[in-house]
Amino acid sequence: MRTNTSRIETVFRVEAGRVLATLIRLVGDFEYAEDAMQEAFAAALTQWSQTAIPDNPRAWLVNVARHKVIDRIRRQTSFQNKYRELEAEASLNSHPAPDEIDDAALDDDMLRLIFTCCHPALNIDAQVALTLRAVCSLPTEAVARAFLVSEETMAQRLVRAKNKIRTAGIPYETPEPGQLADRIDGVLAVIYLVFTEGYAPTTGTAALRADISSEAIRLARLLNTLMPATPAIQGLLALLLLHDARRAARTTLDGELILLEHQDRALWNAAQIEEGAALVERALGAKGIPSVYAVQAAIAALHGKAESFAATDWAQIVGLYEVLLKLQPSPVVALNHAAAVSMLDGPAKALNLVDSLAARETLNGYHLLPAVRADLLRRLDRRDEAREAYRAALALVRLEPERRFLEKRLAELG
Amino acid sequence: MQYLLLIYSNEAEYNARPQAEVAQTMAEYGTFTQGIVQNGNFKGGERLRPISSATTVRVRNGKTMTTDGPFAETREQLGGFYMIEAKNLDEATAIAAKCPGARFGSIEVRPIWVMGPNNSYAD
Repeated sequence: MRTNTSRIETVFRVEAGRVLATLIRLVGDFEYAEDAMQEAFAAALTQWSQTAIPDNPRAWLVNVARHKVIDRIRRQTSFQNKYRELEAEASLNSHPAPDEIDDAALDDDMLRLIFTCCHPALNIDAQVALTLRAVCSLPTEAVARAFLVSEETMAQRLVRAKNKIRTAGIPYETPEPGQLADRIDGVLAVIYLVFTEGYAPTTGTAALRADISSEAIRLARLLNTLMPATPAIQGLLALLLLHDARRAARTTLDGELILLEHQDRALWNAAQIEEGAALVERALGAKGIPSVYAVQAAIAALHGKAESFAATDWAQIVGLYEVLLKLQPSPVVALNHAAAVSMLDGPAKALNLVDSLAARETLNGYHLLPAVRADLLRRLDRRDEAREAYRAALALVRLEPERRFLEKRLAELG
Repeated sequence: MQYLLLIYSNEAEYNARPQAEVAQTMAEYGTFTQGIVQNGNFKGGERLRPISSATTVRVRNGKTMTTDGPFAETREQLGGFYMIEAKNLDEATAIAAKCPGARFGSIEVRPIWVMGPNNSYAD
């Protein structure tokens, strides 16, 4: 019986993260584990295509890769890497060959891999890149595209990160209870960054890059499965699901942005909104101070559940923004709060808030400040000031679809 | 693994503190040191005299140049160090976080590069 290549490659895509996670624990060396996994994939491609995919492909791949590392250690003669290889050998010897790899152990390894890739001793770009490469198993080339850098630059960045893990002694462990909450926050920050890069990339022409955002959702789902009933994780997963649920309605076919106000709500993914809203309730129902993600998700859930823009529960949204301002006082949150106030109490009151925010000068250079101001002035029919504010926003905006939107609004003012 | 904890702080600010506060910090250092000795993490450690006592030496083209002062003028200066044994970076950073200097200065955590066979430093 012959198995076709694409079926085998599907198995690789599904299994790569967990196979790598377990191999790193067995070998104690990130790069050796990666090399060995590639060799095991090559061996599987030859062997499985002639026979069949084994019942437990994960165990097959781990065992073959393990032997590849042992072969490598035996072949190695140069002194340069001797120490590193002796350490790998010692690590392999201290972990006997797993005859039957149980799923609970694999889950633990997956968590180890996630926490190691998101370790705060690595810089944040390296954390995001390593997570996409090792946990999501994206090819280096795809990670490079997400960062808008060349494949070579990305490959070097990944090598540097792996070197730091090894030489600085970053442990391949789930953090101790005392550090766990902070470290979970760190992982969530990485996942959120991955998502926002796909949802609203800071530069470039495409407004949405669905593939990167869906990787973030996969990661959040995975983490939620590995560490169930963790409110901060539930909050983030809810937030991502609720934002992503509106994806199809956010742009026109030719890539123009559509504001929430004008979106066709029939295009929203109702099932995903339900799932997100249920998660928000669980996250906010837990004891303790809610996470900023859960509060943001609660706002997104209110939008998601509203029949129309006018029928939105603006009073509750304004209240949630006030909670958010207490948890995470930031000018960007204050700007969003002002926009919500404009819906509850009218644009004049919101304009006061925006103007006092502008006076603090912390949002200098942020295009949404003049953009929100322009919209409020437009609604107050103060057309000259609105035009001026739109021009100020246009001078700062970086994303093409947003620029076109602002230009359209400016043109409408005549 | 072994790590060097390098304690950086602003010397001028440190010296300008009231006597009672300095005494308090010294007592905290005493407790901290005792703690890591008892846990078996302590390998060594000393306080350094102020940078006004520092001398920097460079040899260029066979000529020795000696200059007054530290290697680089920075906002925070190296004021002391601990050499510790820790099982990994997480343990090392947890110890660094307990060092009194972490609250008013910065602790740089650097792994020791152990010499391999043939007097070589393997990667």
